[in-house]
Amino acid sequence: MKLNKKVLGLIVLGGLAVSGNSWSGTASALDLANTCAGCHGVDGSSVGPATPSLAGISSEYFTETMASYKDPEGRYSTIMSRIAKGYTDEEINLMAGYFSKQKMIPAAQDFDAKQAKAGAKLHKKYCEKCHEDGGRSSEDDAGILAGQWMEYMQFTMDDFTNGRRDMPKKMKKKVQKLEKAKGAAGMTQLMHFYGSQK
Amino acid sequence: MSGISRRNFIQITGGAAAVSTMGFSNIILAGKSAGHVVIIGGGVGGATAARYIKRADPAVQVTIVEPNANYFTCFMSNEVISGERPLDSIKFGYKNLESMGIKVVQDYASNIDAKKKHVVTKKSGNIAYDRCIVSPGVDFKWEMIEGYDAGVAANKIPHAWKAGPQTALLHKQLQSMKDGGTVIIAPPPNPFRCPPGPYERACQIAHYLKNNKPKSKILILDAKDKFSKQGLFTQGWKKHYGYGTDNSLIEWVKGAEGGIIEGVDAKTNTVTGSVEEYKGDVINIIPAQKAGKIAFNAGLVNDKGWCPVNQQTFESTMHKDVYVIGDSSVASPLPKSGYSANSEAKVCAAAVVASLHGKPAGIPTLVNTCYSLITPDDGISVAMVYNFDGKKIQKVKGSGGLTPMDSSEAMRKREARYAHSWFNNITNDIFGG
Repeated sequence: MKLNKKVLGLIVLGGLAVSGNSWSGTASALDLANTCAGCHGVDGSSVGPATPSLAGISSEYFTETMASYKDPEGRYSTIMSRIAKGYTDEEINLMAGYFSKQKMIPAAQDFDAKQAKAGAKLHKKYCEKCHEDGGRSSEDDAGILAGQWMEYMQFTMDDFTNGRRDMPKKMKKKVQKLEKAKGAAGMTQLMHFYGSQK
Repeated sequence: MSGISRRNFIQITGGAAAVSTMGFSNIILAGKSAGHVVIIGGGVGGATAARYIKRADPAVQVTIVEPNANYFTCFMSNEVISGERPLDSIKFGYKNLESMGIKVVQDYASNIDAKKKHVVTKKSGNIAYDRCIVSPGVDFKWEMIEGYDAGVAANKIPHAWKAGPQTALLHKQLQSMKDGGTVIIAPPPNPFRCPPGPYERACQIAHYLKNNKPKSKILILDAKDKFSKQGLFTQGWKKHYGYGTDNSLIEWVKGAEGGIIEGVDAKTNTVTGSVEEYKGDVINIIPAQKAGKIAFNAGLVNDKGWCPVNQQTFESTMHKDVYVIGDSSVASPLPKSGYSANSEAKVCAAAVVASLHGKPAGIPTLVNTCYSLITPDDGISVAMVYNFDGKKIQKVKGSGGLTPMDSSEAMRKREARYAHSWFNNITNDIFGG
């Protein structure tokens, strides 16, 4: 194991794995996460009106989502499937760690108070079990809904209900029940509830 | 405090701005500044770099030298030209940067003395630096088109490729134009700022004409034979603006077929192409481009007129401790775009802070995302992720690319909404909010 000074210097300098002429290394979590700010906001709190905030997201949900974007059969998107393919699993894990530790700044958006009030009841009945704490918590495969951009949530539900994205089994049942009971208006009320949360 | 005059004290602790924002006691605690970074240019690259240096280490003293009180973003300025948004919505000041302790000197930086390590300014004398970041944007090669210069552009034939008064002038000219008029857009040869920009501009102007002056026409006289997002733009022109039919709002003449223009007569509103002359009612010439003037004065350019850099740090290969980011730098394969400049500035800021602390630079990671609006409800995009191979920035294989040609109307509408979200978020990232 004899390394010349230059190579040794390189390894020490960047913490890099050097093999032959190529080098490989992983950018820091902060540097990776900073590249997302142009669309998802500083430290993952989007100023909207449609790109979602990532701050506070559970690292499981983040990594699962990015993996699904990378999969040609995975989650539908306009642009994220093109971007997700640019990152290794290790890089995605680092970004997940960073964003999960950020505090989400709730979206400053217009909502209808009456609809939000009706939505609060629907949330308790249909959603709270998985989207706990009024949709504030992000655990496992649940994203933060409270204070998320309403337009983004509309896009997401549109994908779920039109087969562009698979719903988890439990969610599918609840969404179907909600649709049966309240129709499309129920979903709108829910959006206004989450959108109203600070 | 005895023995130190107030004047010296300010110098030691890094600028009057720090005194007013941090308060007296904090400064004593903060101790010695971690170094002084002077940034030339308060645009996308410069403002982002300033903010990210402060975010990484508030003890670093940061000064921006910028001649204008406000910055108008080039991105979304095509929407101002078409009247879809007001000029004020693309105007940004420096208050939020100042509140972070960044000093903004409204002055023109004319040169850099890389040996003595100071920036030469017009009014404020020499400003000493430990590290200098140059982000001047582009300058124009006026000499490529006979009869065209800054004066003609300012009053009669706008380039509108630096936003602000130029954007307002082109918007006003379109509004005053009679129905049935011809708008000439002359995009530049490569490389230039915002490769899809001229073609998005054609879309935005076509959208305005379709709704207000439908007998009018846009003639694109291109220096090139192909252009960015060409398939998607052509598809959009066909769908919305009758492209390819007798009634098309847009006609595109490629360079090889006479699109290259050699001169302009501002008195007769005539453009001289390599094959024939064209008359326009409104003429928008986007000249060929090179690095900003300071890059030439300071000896930062190569023989092609752009600034070569170490792509891990964006440090100039011509001068030590001077960094070049944004449109002026040779950052290929990154395009000259706003998102690129923002991304490059973050890599550079991290490298500069590391260097001030005597640490090695980290591993760069960059992104470019660029939206274009064909109509207010029809958005398209191109994206790419970049990493570093030890010597150069490279595209990450398999990543990025264009909006699919067959994406639905609903998804195009979604991209338009994401385009506006991108604008809000990136300007918030650059200038603070």
